[in-house]
Amino acid sequence: MSVPILETVHLSHVYSEGTPFRHVALDDVHFAVQPGEYVAVIGRTGSGKSTLIQHCNGLLKPTSGQVLFSGEDIWSSKERTHQVRFQVGLVFQYPEYQLFEETVYKDIAFGPGNMGLPEEEIRRRVLEAAHFTGLSDDVLERSPFDLSGGQKRRAAIAGVIAMEPQVLILDEPTAGLDPVGAKQILDNIRAYHQEKKAAVILVSHSMEEVAREAQRLVVLREGKIALDGSPEEVFAHGDELESMGLGVPAMTAVFARLRAMGIDVPASVYTVEQARDAVLAALRRKEGRPC
Amino acid sequence: MLKDITLGQFFPGNSPIHRLDPRAKLVAVIAYIVALFTSQGFLTYGICFVALAIVVKVSTVRLKALVKGMKPVVFILVFTAVVNIFYATGTPIFSIGFLTVTYEGLLRAFFMVIRILMMISCTFLLTYTTSPLALTDGLESLLGPLKKLHVPVHELAMIMSIALRFIPTLIEETDKIMSAQRARGADFETGSLVQRAKALVPLLVPLFISALRRADELATAMECRCYHGGDGRTRMNELHYRPADTVFLICAILFAVAVAVLGAFGY
Repeated sequence: MSVPILETVHLSHVYSEGTPFRHVALDDVHFAVQPGEYVAVIGRTGSGKSTLIQHCNGLLKPTSGQVLFSGEDIWSSKERTHQVRFQVGLVFQYPEYQLFEETVYKDIAFGPGNMGLPEEEIRRRVLEAAHFTGLSDDVLERSPFDLSGGQKRRAAIAGVIAMEPQVLILDEPTAGLDPVGAKQILDNIRAYHQEKKAAVILVSHSMEEVAREAQRLVVLREGKIALDGSPEEVFAHGDELESMGLGVPAMTAVFARLRAMGIDVPASVYTVEQARDAVLAALRRKEGRPC
Repeated sequence: MLKDITLGQFFPGNSPIHRLDPRAKLVAVIAYIVALFTSQGFLTYGICFVALAIVVKVSTVRLKALVKGMKPVVFILVFTAVVNIFYATGTPIFSIGFLTVTYEGLLRAFFMVIRILMMISCTFLLTYTTSPLALTDGLESLLGPLKKLHVPVHELAMIMSIALRFIPTLIEETDKIMSAQRARGADFETGSLVQRAKALVPLLVPLFISALRRADELATAMECRCYHGGDGRTRMNELHYRPADTVFLICAILFAVAVAVLGAFGY
């Protein structure tokens, strides 16, 4: 394996140290992301997901431990921390609330503008980011406040993508969107991931979503990494996930029950499409057999 | 950084001061401020200080919390002290150029600083020991007679309680938007004054928009629950005036009168 693009070493974070409100949000977390990897971070509210991702681009400083970007500490100098913010793009929950410019174009250009890029380069990046997020050219000249909810969300994500980060982190990018809007956004993220070979960290509550999108799942519980592996490996711990208040995708649960009933179906089924294929395959096998 | 703001914070407790009727406390605070402003010398300021110390002790509010609240006024304190030191005529002690420091000036600066400190302490004591709801209820009840003059007392009280209620929410929101813009490379800490003022635009615009949206949602939510102003509205927690409140109030007023009389004689 190559050097991880992003890595946390013995990362701990304590909120309100020295007061009665002391709270350990992260406890000795070792988390690494390879270049070009698509990782999903799951966990209940308060499990430390948000704290972890805010460490990844230097918005929070570790209480102890290190955060490495390309093997180098992001806190080694002020300049480095500032630069890493452009390399590790962070999209917060409900990012549409951070739109502020007169036009969508100007808002997307805010990040690249802060990077000190020349006008031409900014223009190229804004148009490309708009393309990735499926915003048409006429939208770019409109006020961000006139857009629909889904468009606003995409404009805000474009604002981070325009910085062309090598790691794109998204905190529940589909929260509060309808299924079509949610799917569009996930497709946009996947397009960016594939074309730019960027690593993506997706924080989500939807097991279906992470099972469909991510190559690797990391489960956080009370500030510690509880499970880490491929969707197949993680969802094999169905009971453990259940005890953490998470659970497995609905289809995976159905297929686990089918297997328990003695029917020969695969265990690694997460989506309705996969389930359809598995059921059809099972039926075909049954038909092929003489009764 | 922003979380350190203690403005209007309430520390729940069960001391005799916490249990007092908010109206009694409000009037007592006004009486205390009157007393402070009529104080003239060591005796009257001493009495004010002892009275404050007793109430702080009884209220179980920690001294640390009071001191923390003083931080934002340090500048005003220093400014007041400096102005007062140089703007008094009397026995000169020493002079720097055209500025002369006098004994009277030093004394006046000292009293001024003490006066501001005690005034802030007593108002902090009020907000620390009274829940914002009780406070606005008390205000509304005290200002009740103004309704006859068509002053929208209930509406004012409601505006105040909503404003107090949303201070922590807005602080949290500010923190969030700041983080989000920082993630896009915004810089709020360095640069000249003009640059820093400009850097606030990406923070203030979303903040205003979200505050307006919140206000709109709150108005709808209130209407959904049939809110239509103060007329005929009953309360879940009625204010009950107890004998202890009367005793406290009489003490406070007697105290203010006593200090004012002593002050008038120049003590």
